[in-house]
Amino acid sequence: MGDYTTQELLSIFAMQGFAGFSLFSVLLLMALGLAIIFGQMGVINMAHGEFMAVGAYTTYLMSAMSEKYFPGFIQYYFVFAIIASFFIAGFLGYLAELALIRHLYKRPLDTLLATWGLSLIMQQSFRSIFGAREVSPTLPDWLLGSYQPTETIDIPLNGMFVLALTLVVTVGVFILMYRSSWGLRVRATTQNRVMSGAVGINTKKIDRLTFALGCGIAGIAGAAFTTIASTGPTTGSLYIVDTFMVVVFGGAGSLFGTIFSAFSIAQAQSILEFFISGSMAKVFTLLTIVIFLMLRPEGLFASKVRK
Amino acid sequence: MVMNFMYERILGGKNGAIGIAILAVLIIIILPLALDLFRLNLVGKYLTYAFAAVSLVLLWGYGGILSLGQGVFFGLGGYCMAMFLKIEASDPVTTSIQSTPGIPDFMDWNQLTELPWFWVPFNSFSFTILAVLLVPTIFAFIIGFSMFKRRVGGVYFAIITQIIAVILTVLIVGQQGYTGGINGITDLKTIHGWDIRDDSSKYILYFINAFLLFGVIFLSRYILTSKFGRLLLAMKDKEDRVRFSGYDVSNFKIFVFCLSAMISAIGGAMFTLQVGFMSPSFVGIVPSIEMVIYAAVGGRMSLIGVVYGTLLVNFGKTIFSETFPELWLYLMGALFIGVVMFFPNGLAGIWQKHGTKLVACVKKMQCVSHVKAMIETRRAGSKPAARLNAENVSGE
Repeated sequence: MGDYTTQELLSIFAMQGFAGFSLFSVLLLMALGLAIIFGQMGVINMAHGEFMAVGAYTTYLMSAMSEKYFPGFIQYYFVFAIIASFFIAGFLGYLAELALIRHLYKRPLDTLLATWGLSLIMQQSFRSIFGAREVSPTLPDWLLGSYQPTETIDIPLNGMFVLALTLVVTVGVFILMYRSSWGLRVRATTQNRVMSGAVGINTKKIDRLTFALGCGIAGIAGAAFTTIASTGPTTGSLYIVDTFMVVVFGGAGSLFGTIFSAFSIAQAQSILEFFISGSMAKVFTLLTIVIFLMLRPEGLFASKVRK
Repeated sequence: MVMNFMYERILGGKNGAIGIAILAVLIIIILPLALDLFRLNLVGKYLTYAFAAVSLVLLWGYGGILSLGQGVFFGLGGYCMAMFLKIEASDPVTTSIQSTPGIPDFMDWNQLTELPWFWVPFNSFSFTILAVLLVPTIFAFIIGFSMFKRRVGGVYFAIITQIIAVILTVLIVGQQGYTGGINGITDLKTIHGWDIRDDSSKYILYFINAFLLFGVIFLSRYILTSKFGRLLLAMKDKEDRVRFSGYDVSNFKIFVFCLSAMISAIGGAMFTLQVGFMSPSFVGIVPSIEMVIYAAVGGRMSLIGVVYGTLLVNFGKTIFSETFPELWLYLMGALFIGVVMFFPNGLAGIWQKHGTKLVACVKKMQCVSHVKAMIETRRAGSKPAARLNAENVSGE
């Protein structure tokens, strides 16, 4: 890195750091959903990435439809697309829980196989419906362009929007899980299902809604994802391992840990990517995390839950 | 005494011996006679996956440890073998048009001028055989030691092995000059001048592969019927009780993980020999999970069942991807879900539930009374069914 001046180096750090923020946003949104499903409920949802793709395709459909039928709406559709992504992915998650997951709570390793099967079916459906080519929605004008604080730093607006969206969703999840009576019931159910049932909580309903919520958040991640990259049938599967890593690294069941680990993984990968090749940056990040997890299996911030 | 030992411990008693015999007749006699060489070579390729499936019976079926990284060991074994073959295939005469003759072609394309140090020992065939067996085992030992000693298990183990599969794939693809990148190591030709692409060599390799597979099944059966096998099963069901009885659970887990790695690696090496190349697409997440589905379809507790499972899934894959490529993923997905939801013991479970009854009934020629009994059972409810099942179990 000897060829760069200090000024340039700082700008590189700022811009790569910001590119890291976009990755961070998507990873965190994915991981929030998975932290609820995997961290709280113990279900290994390998189809989580596909629920993200559902959100991304929903956004694409909304964009294509408003472009065709309501051209005036194109500036505003994105906000509605986020909401629609949440509900459609959440509804599909609800159905998946109803048909599949609820039979497998006692066999966590088997949920892995079953949801992998689900992800294959979903991927092929995407391919049949939307084609094998990658698609991307038309972004409204207010998401394009960039913000230039100095001459060498150039920060894209869509990244800032996604970051803001992530913050809103994270705060929302925090309030829902830790400050509402519904969240209390969710946490009670995941810690001790039998006892929660005994004190009058409808645990089956809680399970179903919790799973749907996790998938819905993955849907929002998908909507956010469309602003930074295009969507193909296998997009979701590219992110699933990274997402699991974020959750495990942060410590399952710890919201703060999830945020912190998403941040450090995204930043490490993004900044390293500039100096060494992308694949080596990934190997380096993953390897560090595996070694860390071997030394401290419970993750960065382990919640003190009796298992 | 010896005969008895062979019969009970290695063949697995009467039922096990019959099962092995049927499978042996199928693989060693029927398939080579019935199929042309191209198809037989395909079967040989599928049977190399069966090594990984058998290793998962030990590890997952009996040990309760789900590894999503069997592809890693399969791939390491395959790559070790491929490195030897590649060095022999790129002698200075055939590679004389390269800017550095005598090194593999992909290294030349990536401006390497000499063989990297970790390639050099693969000049020797005996070192290669040792490496096929030991490199994956040592790798598994490192992973297993650091995880099981800290009592990491279950879901976390599955995810970490999966991450390792990703790391290795990305590494192989990224380090093109050393590994051949995404294309893998191709154009493999000879072992000490013996051409592995000949028709006769293909037959020979098929039979070597089949015999090795049976050897591995016998070894696994021997291990599973020993005290170790019973401890493994006990660990899967009540790990804490085994630990409180004074056993060091982690050592057993490390051993079975290393053994399963070695078995998968043998499969990988045979794969390279029969197919003639090795690439990262046999290392990553997808092949690793597919190996798990072979074991799940065949029956995760049955050493013979998983071989049928592997053959069936792969035949299905070949037939469907030739004729209806779009339907295949739906079918594969449905297979994953169906096996987990409805047939947790796979083909072997179905056979044990219905097949053995059928055999018994044909043998005694009491089909009529059996059908009557079944109808009665349906009418009367659950009690006679329990009686029937009890009979069935005691009969085994």
